[in-house]
Amino acid sequence: MSPKARPILNVAKLVKRFGGFHALDGLSFHVVPGEILGLVGPNGSGKTTAINVISGLYAPDGGEVTLDGQPIGGIASHRLVHRGINRTFQVPKPFMSLTVRENVQVALSHGRPAVAPPSVADLLDEYRLTELADRPASELNSAQQKMLDLTRALATRPRLLLLDELAAGLNPAELDWIAGRIKALAASGMAIIVVEHLMGFIEHITDRVIVLNAGKEIFEGKLAAAVQEPQVIEVFLGGEHAA
Amino acid sequence: MPSALKHTLFILAPLVIVLAVLPGVYQNHLLLFNFVIFLVLAQGVNIIYGFTGYLPFGYVGFFGAGAYGFAIMVMHLQAPALLAVLAAGVVGILLGLLLTPLLRLSGAYFAIANLAASLAVLHLVANPALESITKGPYGVSLTGTFNPNSAYMAAVVVLALTVAAVVYLKNSSFGLALQAVREDSVSAAMAGVNVVKMRVLAWLASALVAGLAGGIYAWYVSVFYPDNVFSGEFSIFAIVFALFGGVATITGPIVGVIILYGIYNLIGFTTPQYFQLIYGLLIMGLVLFLPAGLVSLATRRGWHVP
Repeated sequence: MSPKARPILNVAKLVKRFGGFHALDGLSFHVVPGEILGLVGPNGSGKTTAINVISGLYAPDGGEVTLDGQPIGGIASHRLVHRGINRTFQVPKPFMSLTVRENVQVALSHGRPAVAPPSVADLLDEYRLTELADRPASELNSAQQKMLDLTRALATRPRLLLLDELAAGLNPAELDWIAGRIKALAASGMAIIVVEHLMGFIEHITDRVIVLNAGKEIFEGKLAAAVQEPQVIEVFLGGEHAA
Repeated sequence: MPSALKHTLFILAPLVIVLAVLPGVYQNHLLLFNFVIFLVLAQGVNIIYGFTGYLPFGYVGFFGAGAYGFAIMVMHLQAPALLAVLAAGVVGILLGLLLTPLLRLSGAYFAIANLAASLAVLHLVANPALESITKGPYGVSLTGTFNPNSAYMAAVVVLALTVAAVVYLKNSSFGLALQAVREDSVSAAMAGVNVVKMRVLAWLASALVAGLAGGIYAWYVSVFYPDNVFSGEFSIFAIVFALFGGVATITGPIVGVIILYGIYNLIGFTTPQYFQLIYGLLIMGLVLFLPAGLVSLATRRGWHVP
């Protein structure tokens, strides 16, 4: 990653309210192509809301989100997918009655038009789904459904990939393997934002983290430095552990 | 052989050929005609319910609107029957367009709103103040175009087109995307699918099918009242037949109509006193034991049902 690279995504003073609750309260950050950025923070700090706004599920109530300098706040999800954004879900959401192959096929045929779709067989093979290809997604276990969620997102040829707790529930061998896959995707130029609670995993794969609390950034930098920061320790562990 | 061709050769073609020659060997022409109309309507329900998950309880609204579209073309513009049937299809699409905001609703809310919409169209058509246009509640008589044989053949042609549309949905990326939308609209959007456009297209296709069927029905019976062509029985039967066979398949609704409408007529002729009882029990059994339709007997065993 070159620190001078132009950000693919820029988030500026983003606000998202649910009734009187400010889920995002002036959040700003950016990510550049090839970078893996971690979003960490306690439950309810706004990580998933940020992903939902960037991926078009929610329209922002204030601030700006730009992709390659173009504002994208409030644009429908499928249009953002065509422009190169995709995501996975905390609880995977495959098309349950469709087969694994059909799940991926839908995304391949409706993905980013600027890039030719890869073959469905290669994708399934890369993410260890070949043996399950003709089974309905409902028969997959949760780790397999997560891989299917990821494969479906990748089938749309994203340039910016948002991973919402992909690692939760994976065993150590699977974690190692998926960390390698994510790093390889970033090395190919993809910008990746990772929301995760597993700090070891985050430390292993990210270049930089943003620590969120109550919808605001409280720290930006390496995770190793974040854990030295009294304010970060306070929001994670409570006041008495700080300083 | 590509599966679309297989489905056309082994399902669509035999069905259409048998129905086209049956009037030559079986005397009850009206019964055959009703079979064809219900096959069309059940496939129309299949397109919208099977492929998008919207249960159209007011499906008859398109059918009745089509019948009146046909009648108005014939009464006021002296249009030939075939042109009037096409106009009936257009009326179905226009009503579908008018009702697209209903697609914002889901589940039972959509079903109820759709039912209310069909009642609204019924009462509009049956309004005595519109007598000069629709003949209001007094019914229409279209003796000039009366030709049951041609109307029957037109119904078979519309059935062929409708089944062809379902074959397309079963074998195309468009149909796969529709099923993805039915399963999870958020995930479908994240797969790049334009969810709203897909739903509207399926909705209009099923409205077109019912509009055409309504127009042909008007052509066939030639004398009818608003209550006949807006009868809720059309919606309920079409839905029950499609569900009984199994939606999101080509064969399910066909099997459903043949078996259930067959039994319906059989007990109607032989033991009409037990008619409601037997029919009610049959539908209850279906809902309890085969919620995914008859085809699920095969799919549960891992067999593929087209």
